Amino acid sequence: MQIATGRFFGAERMVSVTSAHLTGDPESMGDAGLAFVEALVREGGRFVVPATTNSCNVDLARYRDFGQPEEVAHRERRLRDLVAALGGVLLTSCANYQTGAPPRFGEHLAWGDTGTVIYANAVCGARSNFEGGPASYAAALTGRVPAYGMHLDACRRGTHVVEVRDQPRSVSDWGALGVLVGRRLTNYWLVPVFTGLEVTPDADGLKHLGATLASYGSLAMFHLVGRTPEARTREEALGGQSARGTIEVEPGALQAVYRSFVAEKAHADLVVSGTPHLSIFEIERLARLLDGKRVSPETMLLLTTSAPVRAMAEHLGYVALIERAGGRIVEGVCYYIMSPREMARRHGLRTLVTDSAKLANIIAAYGYNPIFRPTAQCVEAAVTGCVE
Amino acid sequence: MTAPEGPRVLIGHPGVGDPVEGLALVSPDGFSARYDLDRSTGVISRETHALYGQSIAGTIFVCPLAKGGFATSWALLDLRARDLAPLAMLFTWANPVMVQGAVLGGVALMDQLSPDPMEAIRTGDRVRVDPPAGRVEVWASPRRRP
Repeated sequence: MQIATGRFFGAERMVSVTSAHLTGDPESMGDAGLAFVEALVREGGRFVVPATTNSCNVDLARYRDFGQPEEVAHRERRLRDLVAALGGVLLTSCANYQTGAPPRFGEHLAWGDTGTVIYANAVCGARSNFEGGPASYAAALTGRVPAYGMHLDACRRGTHVVEVRDQPRSVSDWGALGVLVGRRLTNYWLVPVFTGLEVTPDADGLKHLGATLASYGSLAMFHLVGRTPEARTREEALGGQSARGTIEVEPGALQAVYRSFVAEKAHADLVVSGTPHLSIFEIERLARLLDGKRVSPETMLLLTTSAPVRAMAEHLGYVALIERAGGRIVEGVCYYIMSPREMARRHGLRTLVTDSAKLANIIAAYGYNPIFRPTAQCVEAAVTGCVE
Repeated sequence: MTAPEGPRVLIGHPGVGDPVEGLALVSPDGFSARYDLDRSTGVISRETHALYGQSIAGTIFVCPLAKGGFATSWALLDLRARDLAPLAMLFTWANPVMVQGAVLGGVALMDQLSPDPMEAIRTGDRVRVDPPAGRVEVWASPRRRP
């Protein structure tokens, strides 16, 4: 598989990787995918580099509360046994770079989740292609990947300049910026170079910018001039070449992204935050916004994060604040793989309000009416049960 | 009415998978197995997708670009096991997860052909895809208007 894929993309050699991030959850893999991993175990496969797991379909401690089928939990347990037998680490997070596996400059990786890949490439200067499910398993078994795409300097250079004249002020604003660019640049081989930024993003802003670019545009790399490691200057970001095109982000453009998501009805059935998984800083902010408030009895508020971050949030008292307000915080899962069709049927969910532009993009395929809004407005929607 | 001619030929770099022949389904929009497809039925389920409600099963699926993430890398194997996969996929631009998925699932896939299949192929055309040869042949559907 690795050789065939490498040939397709013109790779001339293989390159050793320092870790793999395994993207395979039973919902995404299907029966045939699960059988593929079973065969690896049966044949005595063993990972030769550290391998972590991505988000899963159920929070094994809490799935019954949501009426998720036992079958889904059964398959999750089965997969976990198989991954452990191969020597994988059950990190179960789509923000592995914030939880246990921070990438280093220049190292080659075989990561599968697109949001993790673009973060590793753009923010950390590590090097990975989208090594999707089976490819991430293959790389964990061989310790190498075909050297094409993001492993090569030539493919990491900026191709388009984005002139930012509407400054992102919040984590979701960075997602909105990602929507604007990801809707225009929809090709893995394009690399936006953001200039004109007067603000410095935090890690969560970069997480949302990257995840959104990867989601809308299938992009694996970006540069922020003066902010990211391969873009000390605009010239460096462009690799000495001229840009193939320019995208201008005019004042008001970020607000227009939110407004492009139109609610069919005023009632908010479900409010979700945590695609990719919430950091401890995002949870602290949500806990503060919810302090003393009460989630509408007709609306479900669901926060998703990794087990280590949830444990920290529990230790710090944030979980208690969120639960006292009537919110739920689950671990390991990501909403769009949390049997969303079954959830919609069981709980009558259609209007989904989220501060994740990525989730808003994906969940439309599952019969939802997604509404992308800033975090504070999401909390407001959960409390009032209404979305504007 | 012009006399029947030979097939129109598209040339590109070698793709993955074995030669296949079938009827084209052309998608004006990009495609991801997660974002656009109900994988339990093989039917496009994103309401805003141009092919909403149509099945990709058994088609020569023609599409401008591969969207989205890792779900696609598993989906073709599972779809094929249930006879719901396309016979072949022709992209203007493929991405790694789509190619990995095609290799695992045994689905023929090619990209960067000349002329671009989005220009040269219409839904209903008969298409022969030969990935090892880097060659695609297209016979226009008789129902296709000139």
